Amino acid sequence: MVGKNHMRLEFLSKSQNESFARVVVASFAAQLDPTIEELADVKTAVSEAVTNAIIHGYEDRVANIIIECTITEDEIEIIVEDKGKGIDDIELAKEPLYTSRPELERSGMGFTVMETFMDKVDIESQKDVGTRVMMVKRFESCQK
Amino acid sequence: MLTKFEIINNDLIVKLDGELDHHTAKTVREEIDREIDENNTKNIIFDLEGVHFMDSSGIGVVMGRYKKVQRLGGETGVINLSSRVEKIFKMSGLFNIVKKFENKKEALERL
Ligand SMILES: Nc1ncnc2c1ncn2[C@@H]1O[C@H](COP(=O)(O)OP(=O)(O)OP(=O)(O)O)[C@@H](O)[C@H]1O
Ligand SMILES: [Mg+2]
Repeated sequence: MVGKNHMRLEFLSKSQNESFARVVVASFAAQLDPTIEELADVKTAVSEAVTNAIIHGYEDRVANIIIECTITEDEIEIIVEDKGKGIDDIELAKEPLYTSRPELERSGMGFTVMETFMDKVDIESQKDVGTRVMMVKRFESCQK
Repeated sequence: MLTKFEIINNDLIVKLDGELDHHTAKTVREEIDREIDENNTKNIIFDLEGVHFMDSSGIGVVMGRYKKVQRLGGETGVINLSSRVEKIFKMSGLFNIVKKFENKKEALERL
């Protein structure tokens, strides 16, 4: 049993930090002894949330992205936060294939990917204040 | 990300090695588009064996190249997908526009 654990990471909204962010979160999650598949789910979801903060939240302006992870028992909660432009209509944003930036070759699948790979996804957003994406992944492998 | 190209009878085979995310997508997209333009490409075949990470940015890259070759009547194929990449393809409906083949030979014959 790992018990409770927590970490906080703050980094600039540069695209080279996308792989950095998903590797850091995966390393932190590794203490729960997840399967390779479960770890890949977490990495992909983190990549989606961080990429959204960079492209949509800050629109390529360089500012801070914050990730907080909390481990309790057999699950990890991951919060990805930006202080960017916010989401107008969260329900619309969550729809598969909806994107506000088709000219950037975005496919509108980011939130669908997060929802498919994680057990829970919650979005909080306010115009010109920012966006917080909260995700939970429960690792079946440690429910013994 | 490493990009390798092979051209067989106006068909462009793109072999990708590495992680396909928003950061790497930009260069990959530019390199492929240059090849398509310079070689009068008809069909494009993605060999994704070496792609050990892909998120929705990869969907955008494949969709964008599909649209580009489709304008000139070309088709898009894909070979050697890992189970992870295949999951993302399925989720996004990419298999409605991109054909999956067993290997390069089959893709070249059937496109
Ligand atoms: N952090 C954010 N700040 C502001 N808007 C956001 C943020 N995250 C998402 N959005 C909005 O929600 C929409 C849907 O996001 P989603 O990740 O599903 O698709 P996408 O990023 O447009 O495309 P893809 O992820 O497939 O490349 C975005 O187009 C954008 O308008
Ligand atoms: Mg996205």
